[in-house]
Amino acid sequence: MSTQQVKFSDEALLECQKIIKRYPEGKQKSALIPILHIAQAENDGWLSSATMDKVADLLQLNPIEVYEVATFYSMYNLKPVGKCILEVCKTVPCWLNGAEDLVAYLEKKLKIKVGETTPDGMFTIKTVECLGSCGTAPMLQCGANYHENLTESKADALIEKLRTENTRKNYTDII
Amino acid sequence: MGKQLLLENINVEGIRTLEVYRKMGGYASVEKAIKTMSPDAVTEEVKKSGLRGRGGAGFPTGMKWSFLAKPAGVPRYLVCNADESEPGTFKDRYLMEYIPHALIEGMITASFALGANKSFIYIRGEYFYISRILEHAIGEAYAAGWLGKNILGSGFDLDLTVQVGAGAYICGEETALLESLEGKRGNPRIKPPFPAVKGLYGCPTVVNNVETIAAVVPIVNHGGDEYAKIGLGKSTGTKLISASGNINKPGVYEIELGVPVEEFIFSDEYCGGIANGRKFKACVPGGSSVPILPADLMLKTSSGENRLMTYESLSEGGFATGSMLGSGGFIVYDDRACIVRSTYNFSHFYRHESCGQCSPCREGTAWMEKILHRLENGLGRIEDIDLLWDVQGKIEGRTICPLGDAAAWPVAAAIRHFRHEFEYHAKYPEKVKDPKHTPPPMPSLATVG
Repeated sequence: MSTQQVKFSDEALLECQKIIKRYPEGKQKSALIPILHIAQAENDGWLSSATMDKVADLLQLNPIEVYEVATFYSMYNLKPVGKCILEVCKTVPCWLNGAEDLVAYLEKKLKIKVGETTPDGMFTIKTVECLGSCGTAPMLQCGANYHENLTESKADALIEKLRTENTRKNYTDII
Repeated sequence: MGKQLLLENINVEGIRTLEVYRKMGGYASVEKAIKTMSPDAVTEEVKKSGLRGRGGAGFPTGMKWSFLAKPAGVPRYLVCNADESEPGTFKDRYLMEYIPHALIEGMITASFALGANKSFIYIRGEYFYISRILEHAIGEAYAAGWLGKNILGSGFDLDLTVQVGAGAYICGEETALLESLEGKRGNPRIKPPFPAVKGLYGCPTVVNNVETIAAVVPIVNHGGDEYAKIGLGKSTGTKLISASGNINKPGVYEIELGVPVEEFIFSDEYCGGIANGRKFKACVPGGSSVPILPADLMLKTSSGENRLMTYESLSEGGFATGSMLGSGGFIVYDDRACIVRSTYNFSHFYRHESCGQCSPCREGTAWMEKILHRLENGLGRIEDIDLLWDVQGKIEGRTICPLGDAAAWPVAAAIRHFRHEFEYHAKYPEKVKDPKHTPPPMPSLATVG
């Protein structure tokens, strides 16, 4: 895939330009992490090497400077993912409140394992580290939204809602 | 409920808006500081208050500020650490989500004190929706003249920017945070130089936690001496505690430092006791990095005194019989919790979050996870316990940043206080294969400590 195929809407480009201006002269590399979030949201929820090259162009960086950042942070996906990534927190406070049961329930319901995507490309299940939602455990994040105090019936309702909406959920969504 | 300095107005309808926040007395600290005080006088009040960094390390804030280098013609930066990712900690999220202006007000007052004209709030990427709340509130503050050029006609300019991260616990370490803010991998820097001399973009920088910066507001409003009267001894003021685990009332509580631990766990004002009528087994009082303590040592120190919610009392007895206040991430375990599984869970976390720069941490965290994985799954040997002890001891103190210590301490404390559970795992592999097995009972209290 070439950088020409990378999607960036006019609106997204405008947002990138605004971000670039936030930093002192000559420090535009600071815009890299926020712009990678936008690039991911614009390109089906993941960063291909073409997308990363495009971001490098945009910020006048060497591609390696983008790759090394994209591979360091856990919120960037380097492979295609489902429209809705169900990121279940499994760290101790959630574990004490049934996170393992929640993961098992989602696996059974969606007939996939953690790390896998449903054949229709709708859902990916991930387990993640503490999301700062320990007082409302167990929980999962999907896009910008935190879904907290989950039970099996709440998880059912959430999956139903996400299926009906049938849209990609991004961290950058305005909720 | 004791004195409320940060959350007093959290339930006021519309407090998220500038209008209501202002009506409740908001932005008074900015007016007072800019119109009636010199920057150094503000720093002096913070010193007098005895405020200690609320992110976990507990370093005196006023002292940190006074270390800031001030060479002429070089910009200085204030960076707020809103990367909150210490497991068990969710207080900063609560504060930013519900009273965003409390942080913004603190940022303005603190930036004035430090002579910073460009400040940043670095927030963890997962809190993206909160970055929108902050940005909206910052927009309101610009429109009302609290931010921008010539604030209150004083000639003081300040720009405030929210920067999101992208998922990395290590970016809560201040030099890793600065690297990340510069658009790089979050690899901690070798110190010295400290950020106070060479921080963001190579310029003098102060990095403070959200709650620390918010606490500057009441300190300036009421004076450092008044603030220091709240709390107990060197643990001055109030602290936000994130209470989670097997309790009846999880949530964020603002406590006056000095509340007895027993009261905090069992009174209806706070945690409301252990959920489902279970027994209190253990507690991690200050976020995942601090030592776990069994119930008896959590409630009373080894010398038999009531344990209090202060920096000093929680660390009484050192690591042999004490723990730390840390970030105030207070995780409570009931008697069903298997400490080996909990320790394995934490060790997985640290292995995942190690940045990989220092060999002892990169390799050590992976080994600890591997050994704990086999013990947890009934494949361990009795020698694994000593091996684990040996590995953790070889990480502590041998890394650039404190992540290595943070990974080692929970393992050390679990073995120190719950060795019998590790032995049980090695001796009865069939019994522990069920992740929900009943852990063995505590040996008699006399053997603890």
